[in-house]
Amino acid sequence: MQTDIPSLLFYVFATLMMAAGFAVISARNPVHAVFFLIVAFFNAAGLFVLLGAEYLAMTLVIVYVGAVAVLFLFVVMMLNINFERLRAGFIKSLPAGIAMAVLLLAELGGLLYSSLQKPAPLAAATLPIPNAAEVTNAKAIGMVLYTHYMSVFEISGVILLVAMIGAIVLTHRQRLGVRKQVIASQLQRRRADGVQLMQVKSGEGV
Amino acid sequence: MEDAVTNPALPQLLYGSITITHYVVLAALLFVTGICGIFLNRKNIITILMSVELMLLGVNINFVAFSVYLHDLAGQIFTMLVLTVAAAEAAIGLAILVVYARNRGTIDVDDISSLKG
Repeated sequence: MQTDIPSLLFYVFATLMMAAGFAVISARNPVHAVFFLIVAFFNAAGLFVLLGAEYLAMTLVIVYVGAVAVLFLFVVMMLNINFERLRAGFIKSLPAGIAMAVLLLAELGGLLYSSLQKPAPLAAATLPIPNAAEVTNAKAIGMVLYTHYMSVFEISGVILLVAMIGAIVLTHRQRLGVRKQVIASQLQRRRADGVQLMQVKSGEGV
Repeated sequence: MEDAVTNPALPQLLYGSITITHYVVLAALLFVTGICGIFLNRKNIITILMSVELMLLGVNINFVAFSVYLHDLAGQIFTMLVLTVAAAEAAIGLAILVVYARNRGTIDVDDISSLKG
């Protein structure tokens, strides 16, 4: 087996990503788990760059590392929760988890083996990737996304909007005892509501 | 890899000595890691959500690898949609988690049984 730089990089990224993945599910502290999740995402982005999908690699870094992982970090640090208690069943469910993993890996391995033995004929590409030397990956995706997948693109925008509104509605709470500025009642206020002129005789008070 | 020449349906080289099989195996391993994480951290819903993200990442790697292998952009478009839905899912899931923790003071999955009656 020849060793060239891209193949070597694949193994480096793959090994680091799997190690980070194992660290995510076995970390004692959820904050560390989030950091390992970020490491896994960075390595996956490296794999995407190796494959020639630079746009998705950058999207992965921005969306996952920049938004989702930070969101996880916020929630983990904001909630004051005893995480040690939540780990109580870890050892107890270890056999079931490993058995499940082995079973699923055996199934997937069998599928892969059978498909390698008797490969299905490849379908022709419906949206062929243009030559990377002429059209960049981002431009190629954009040309397809804004024409062929226009409705899908818009619906995914609506999904994000619904998720945003849903998250705000869920976490918003009315705080009692907070004095807020109410513009309407400020504007409705007349002089007669607030000002009272009185003739006060000296020495008597109001 | 003489088969790659005779049978075009067998994994062709993506670059160097890496084939599509490498990526499929890697994605399967990552997916199974995520499932294992759900089983191991049954009580901690934050770690369960992170395991789901790992599984989605494994699926994304499969999509992109096959997209490049088949010279078809549809896989990369679909990966973008998976990213969108994953971001929405994380936002809603964590919002529910925050509300739940505020109301109950715990996020133990075993305690989420009020609807059982």
